[in-house]
Amino acid sequence: MFLKAKRLTALALGPVLMLLGLYSASTAAADAKVNEINMPPGVTNVGQSIFDLHMTIFWICVIIGVLVFGVMFYSIYYHRKSRGVTPATFHESTKVEIAWTVVPFFILIAMAVPATSTLLEIYDFEDAEMDVLITGYQWKWKYEYINEDGENVAFFSNLRTPQSEIYNTADKGEHYLLEVDEPLVIPVDTKVRFLVTANDVIHAWWVPELAVKKDAIPGFINETWTQATEEGVYRGQCAELCGKDHGFMPVVVNVVSKQEYAEWMAAKQAEAAEIKQLMAQTFSMDELMERGKGVYDRSCAACHGANGEGGLGKAIADSPIATGDMAGHLEVGINGVPGTAMQAFGGQLNDVDMAAVITYQRNAFGNNMGDMVQPIDVFNHKKG
Amino acid sequence: MGDHHHGPAKGLSRWLFTTNHKDIGTMYLWFSFAMFILGGSFAMIIRAELFQPGMQLVDPLFFNQMTTLHGLVMVFGAIMPSFVGLANWMIPMMIGAPDMALPRMNNWSFWILPPAFLLLASTLFMEGGAPAFGWTFYAPLSTTYAAPSVTIFIFCIHVLGISSIMGSINIIATVMNMRAPGMTYMKMPLFVWTWLITAFLLVAVMPVLAGAVTMMLMDIHFGTSFFSAAGGGDPVLFQHVFWFFGHPEVYIIILPAFGVVSQIIPAFARKPLFGYDSMVYATASIAFLSFIVWAHHMYTVGMPVAGELFFMYATMLIAVPTGVKVFNWISTMWRGALTFETPMLFCLGFLVLFTIGGFTGLMLSIAPADFQYHDSYFVVAHFHYVMVAGAVFSMTAAVYYWLPKWCGKMYSETMGKTHFWISFIGFNLTFFPQHFVGLAGMPRRIPDYALQFADFNMMSSIGAFIYGSSQILFLYNVIATIVSGKPVSDDKVWDGAEGLEWTVPTPAPYHTFETPPKVDASHAHS
Ligand code: HEC
Ligand code: HEM
Ligand SMILES: [Cu+2]
Ligand SMILES: [Cu+2]
Repeated sequence: MFLKAKRLTALALGPVLMLLGLYSASTAAADAKVNEINMPPGVTNVGQSIFDLHMTIFWICVIIGVLVFGVMFYSIYYHRKSRGVTPATFHESTKVEIAWTVVPFFILIAMAVPATSTLLEIYDFEDAEMDVLITGYQWKWKYEYINEDGENVAFFSNLRTPQSEIYNTADKGEHYLLEVDEPLVIPVDTKVRFLVTANDVIHAWWVPELAVKKDAIPGFINETWTQATEEGVYRGQCAELCGKDHGFMPVVVNVVSKQEYAEWMAAKQAEAAEIKQLMAQTFSMDELMERGKGVYDRSCAACHGANGEGGLGKAIADSPIATGDMAGHLEVGINGVPGTAMQAFGGQLNDVDMAAVITYQRNAFGNNMGDMVQPIDVFNHKKG
Repeated sequence: MGDHHHGPAKGLSRWLFTTNHKDIGTMYLWFSFAMFILGGSFAMIIRAELFQPGMQLVDPLFFNQMTTLHGLVMVFGAIMPSFVGLANWMIPMMIGAPDMALPRMNNWSFWILPPAFLLLASTLFMEGGAPAFGWTFYAPLSTTYAAPSVTIFIFCIHVLGISSIMGSINIIATVMNMRAPGMTYMKMPLFVWTWLITAFLLVAVMPVLAGAVTMMLMDIHFGTSFFSAAGGGDPVLFQHVFWFFGHPEVYIIILPAFGVVSQIIPAFARKPLFGYDSMVYATASIAFLSFIVWAHHMYTVGMPVAGELFFMYATMLIAVPTGVKVFNWISTMWRGALTFETPMLFCLGFLVLFTIGGFTGLMLSIAPADFQYHDSYFVVAHFHYVMVAGAVFSMTAAVYYWLPKWCGKMYSETMGKTHFWISFIGFNLTFFPQHFVGLAGMPRRIPDYALQFADFNMMSSIGAFIYGSSQILFLYNVIATIVSGKPVSDDKVWDGAEGLEWTVPTPAPYHTFETPPKVDASHAHS
């Protein structure tokens, strides 16, 4: 209720404050970011430089604006016909015209200097302490930690906000649309280099508080970096239109202490080893169905519908593939359907998850094949 | 020229077969207004969905179709044809020519437009839906990943391009060959100047756009890989080609608007335009610079730092000639005898809001800062300040300014002023808060957003509905004027107006300047 009342006042006062340009960020201190009106300086030195640059140019524009509009409104007030003035006839002045060509030129040079140095700072990729490969997929991010010693750790990061919140059947949570199942985790005070690419269309990886925005382009690897000076959770979104669910592929970055990061990384590596183990196991129908539902909701429901009814992808309920030959079904799941939005999930899901989701599709939504796919089947299918 | 005194043909054939610049101008103007309403209704759907967080009205794919069609229809259907219509009506009358140089081509360049837009709108009903990849249609979203309607879209772009090129050739030919004796280049009204330069821009860049969509067509249907990395191509190449067209395109949109404002401000300041020569040079330098700044739309694609620096410096430079123009307009007002009829109000609105758009443009040109601004609502705010408060406001001013000359009747000043104030308030309520949400991190082209952006988005939507409905008042005012406005009989409708168009009778007869006027040397310009 309090929040609501505050909202309404903000709504009513907004236009007034807007005109004054005075809406101070401090009023929003209670719930940190609501109705923020400016760029966050963020938690990196680069972010601070960009913020300073932004404010410098902003104030230069404000000063020029006040002068220009001042003259204009003076004229509107004092040079109106209703005051009985007779119009002057002058229509040029070489001196003035040269002045207002040359002076702005110097102002621009004054802006270009800090802009250039900030840009060079951003383009300094040297001395990165660790590398993360970021790959944009329709509509999720994949993070892969490039470990020189030991195996790479990789995982996908999907939107966690449930459909019920998006379609207004449940209350929206605090981090509505800005929450993921598995965030990127990086250590504080460490220069982390990001190698950014995409699997399908162009995306852009953007976290305002880390001052990073880089296009993720299929077939190209872009470089960028950050060095966060404060621990915390930083949220952003995909910034390049990438199709239907472009608005639903957030970025969440956990910046943690170096200690915590090392522990997290060790746990991830152990988990990867465990999956490897699982791959050799055989599962029961119930286990597969349970795991499969989780995978389906996370990775397939966006296109195939929460109830297999279809959408951007074909319906799974009663689908000739899902109720047909198992090899054919595995083929579509693993290698996708080229030239359509159905991607090759073979590289995105591990064999256990793939086995589970295929089993699930064959036995849910009214499909009743009764057969099971085991990780080993997936493995064999991949081998060909 | 045969019969010098024939009037318009009767019925539908008048409009279908006409080669009369006024008829064609009229059709362009009505067509562009229809497109303005169509594109506007798409915008209303967008703003209605964004009224609150959560998905309420449309699904995300349809939302993307709306943003795409809104942009395409507004840029290619509303703004560009409206200025071509104005050029058709005014250029011959301003330079003392009897008609456009190539009247039959003129007919064609108009009549291929409506079918093209009908076709584009029909894609909404196709399987897979209308184009949903944004008006900038970046590959591969617009190639490998596009709905089948993309092929129709490509065809439409070709038709629009052909229409624009024909229109521009016509304008160039008219201005170069059909000026009345004594109308030297440096005596031409600025509207004619800005259109001449715009026409050259169009002829230069429309083929580039055609090239871009042709490469898309090849990629989609004929197995090439211009824009697909998998086949050895380059998705970034698409952006370079697109923006090599796209940046000059934004100046194609704004230069004629500059021309209009340069005609109207002196009329209501009752004082000649300040710095005519520097206005011409500034226009020419803007046009030149517009060819070497395209990659400021691509700061985040991963260009080498030298490229970033080059495009940053070049883009910043545009502020100089743009500033010259603003200073000249204000100096024109300085110590004039100002009155504030509707056309002047819209020009003043233009002046204030376009300048704000110029400021945000300057901010966006700063590459490191653009890393934060890019593809956020800050950019959306920027380009609506320059395109709506720039181009659309000046077009509205033009309609009010010349309408009495066109139809011999006066519009309702009260309604006109009301239209201005509602537009002005609605526009700012819509787009000013978008600066805030953009800076705070809201990306553009999203159908739903995080909760912290809710209030400003609601404000934006309310503003949009206000701005949108004010256009109905405009339509009503124009129709009421044509049907039952108070007749005006003075040749010179506005006491401060200068130029040949005010020497012909009011309403302007079907044929004007069948014998060229003599341009008085003292009437320097405008
Ligand atoms: C980005 C959207 C998208 C996602 C996510 C997606 N699919 Fe698909 N899927 C499609 C499309 C589109 C088709 C239809 C392809 C065609 O035209 O044959 C399809 C087809 C299929 C089919 C064949 C259906 C039939 O009857 O032809 C299966 C099986 C399938 N997908 C499984 C999956 C699984 C398993 C997942 C999750 C791991 C998944 N899909 C996720 C878009 C998607
Ligand atoms: C002072 C002059 C101007 C400067 C320096 C300038 C600069 C810029 C920059 C750097 C961008 C890219 C922002 C980004 O995507 O990150 C941009 C976007 C844009 N500008 Fe301007 N601009 C100016 C004037 C104009 C004018 C006059 C128009 C049109 C009437 C215009 C229309 C646009 C449009 C349509 C876009 C967005 C295109 C898109 O991505 O959809 N600008 N401007
Ligand atoms: Cu995206
Ligand atoms: Cu540009």
